[in-house]
Amino acid sequence: MANMAQAIRLALHYAHKNYQLNDVFGQDVGAPLGGVFTATQGVECAWNTPLDERGIIGMAMGIAMAGQRCVAEIQFADYIFNTIDLLKIAGNTNWASYGQYPMPLVVMTPVGAGIRGSMYHSHSFESWASRMAGWKIVIPSDALDAYGLLLSSILDPNPVLFMPPKALMRVKGESLIPGEPDNEKDLKNMIDAPLGDRTEWFAKWPDVQEYLVPIGKAKVVIPGNQLTMVTWGRYVQICKQVAEKLKSELGYQVELIDLRSIYPYDWQAIKASVQKTKRILFINEDTEVTNFAEHLCYRVTQELFYDLWARPQVVAAKNIPGIGLHPNLEDATVPHVDEIYQAAKAIIQEVP
Amino acid sequence: MSSKSSQSLAQDKDLLMLPKELVLKMYDHMVYSRVLEERLIKIYKLGDAFFWIGAPGEEAWGVPLGLLTLKGQGPLFDYLHLHYRCTPTLVALGMPMIDSIRLIMNRVTDISTGGRNFSNHYCFPKWNVVPVTSPIEVQYLASIGTAHVQKKLNSNGITVVTGGDAGTAEGDFASCLIWSSRPGQELPVLITVQNNQWGISTAYQGQHGESKIADRAKAFNIKNRVINGLDPIETYLCLKEDMDYIRKNKKPAFIEAQVSRLYGHSSASGGNRSVEQPCPIDVFEQRLLKANFISTDLIKNKKEEYEKQAQQAQNQVRTEMAPEAKSIWDHIFAQSENADWRNF
Ligand SMILES: Cc1ncc(C[n+]2csc(CCOP(=O)(O)OP(=O)(O)O)c2C)c(N)n1
Repeated sequence: MANMAQAIRLALHYAHKNYQLNDVFGQDVGAPLGGVFTATQGVECAWNTPLDERGIIGMAMGIAMAGQRCVAEIQFADYIFNTIDLLKIAGNTNWASYGQYPMPLVVMTPVGAGIRGSMYHSHSFESWASRMAGWKIVIPSDALDAYGLLLSSILDPNPVLFMPPKALMRVKGESLIPGEPDNEKDLKNMIDAPLGDRTEWFAKWPDVQEYLVPIGKAKVVIPGNQLTMVTWGRYVQICKQVAEKLKSELGYQVELIDLRSIYPYDWQAIKASVQKTKRILFINEDTEVTNFAEHLCYRVTQELFYDLWARPQVVAAKNIPGIGLHPNLEDATVPHVDEIYQAAKAIIQEVP
Repeated sequence: MSSKSSQSLAQDKDLLMLPKELVLKMYDHMVYSRVLEERLIKIYKLGDAFFWIGAPGEEAWGVPLGLLTLKGQGPLFDYLHLHYRCTPTLVALGMPMIDSIRLIMNRVTDISTGGRNFSNHYCFPKWNVVPVTSPIEVQYLASIGTAHVQKKLNSNGITVVTGGDAGTAEGDFASCLIWSSRPGQELPVLITVQNNQWGISTAYQGQHGESKIADRAKAFNIKNRVINGLDPIETYLCLKEDMDYIRKNKKPAFIEAQVSRLYGHSSASGGNRSVEQPCPIDVFEQRLLKANFISTDLIKNKKEEYEKQAQQAQNQVRTEMAPEAKSIWDHIFAQSENADWRNF
């Protein structure tokens, strides 16, 4: 199966061939490297920019103003912060121009911790991003979703922030992308650049097909009826482990929802689940104060208060300035399996 | 031509460098723009607007720019990434006064922003005037994107970006120089700075160690020059030359234009006419009078006529509807797709 980086490449290639995507750019995204995570390797329309995040976003805005599609990469979300006013402008241009200048651009930036990336390769951005009205914000949790969400992002007429989790870039998917070769060695031979001289190398693309994951639609990863767990990105796999542990050790049936889109978000999926389970826990790795899940939690208390049998809760990263390099520090900062397990157990065991 | 006027023209040969109709057209647009701006200031002072910012003192720069623009929509035409002192350019492109008045009076009829943004924050897709935004200098970044598309299409259209002198301290200005001048990947962009010697209350000397702002373009091997942006003839000729150069070579050029800030920074600093600042229209008028291109009567009649139009436009806009409260949700997303989480 393709890993997430390969899936992104396949999506970019597909969009280049079928959606008139002609510009994929960012630091080191072109040949020979194809991105620090290799997510743009071999993509024909990928090119290198100066080391200038604000320039990258500005370039994307101008391309969108000229009515063309593009995918701009910020190498790590950790370095997107100096572009935030530009992101704001990209998000308000359609509104400010009374609908006259839509901004159909995609910014791709890898997020989150889990790669022992220390202070500046571990940032999350979704909670910050959720304050940028006018943007759509998506986070894939596996390779197939990355493919489908990226294609939807490229087709969308609005600015879309596509944030693959850094730690999942090398993780293989569980389902084939339509048109992906069955044998992953074949895929590797076709689209992974060789080590050493790459001047003569070009990718041989498999005949991948359109597959769209709609923006704004969550996915029920595991059905259950005793607790709703809502998460996204890297924490989908982690919460899966928690759910399996709760089942095998205590027999609890957890419903696990992968939100996939931070904005617009799938409230109907959360609502339907809470009305069934009566209990909810939100989990993510962005810092805990004004965490995006707090908004969701607030909405749960406002609209589903009388459905609840336990206090809703958010488990997120500690509100500290960075993530320390030593594993003890990182593990004490972002939510870990046991912490989520204990929180989930306590909510299920709370007697109303 | 009378002997008196041929004598004056001999002294002012520059006037002969452009066709007389063009010279008079520029003068006409300059006056129109000034009368409009002065009306905008009055609208503010009368309490019909919350804020004024605009371009008196920049007419001799902005009008030629508008006239030289390859006007149309899409990458085959010129893109204009303007800042908040570009009424003269819009006038030269063909904007009627009422559009600017609707903008400052934030009416629903404001075709630039639907009552959402400040005066002079224009947006005219039909002329590739992309939305003017308040954050200083960000227009220099988006300009590289439209220029990139034009280059790829081998378009005859070029991108023009404008901004003030103090704003060049922002990194976005340097970004524009860097991205537009990469060897082999140069961009067809005219990078301009209107140097009025001020950034609100900060004098030029308080910020600039470089001798000329244009020297910064020189460092990137960008064709560059400083021009007298108070003189429409010089401006027209220089702009034409540089815009032709960009169209032909698909490479950037840089112009620093010296302009004046005739009514101060904005209504925040009073919006009163400064006695120290030179007025490009007064100077041009004297030249045109001397050369017998115009008469004092023509000047008077023109100004009265435009003032009448401006007053009529204001009166009409006063009767026009304000934006409705519920419209805040319109156009957050393209095609006004729902963006209100309450309805997800
Ligand atoms: C990024 C940013 N910082 C501050 C401001 C507030 N501000 C508005 S105009 C201005 C001065 C701009 O001076 P200059 O670039 O010389 O242009 P001028 O107004 O003189 O034409 C400032 C500081 C702003 N709009 N944007």
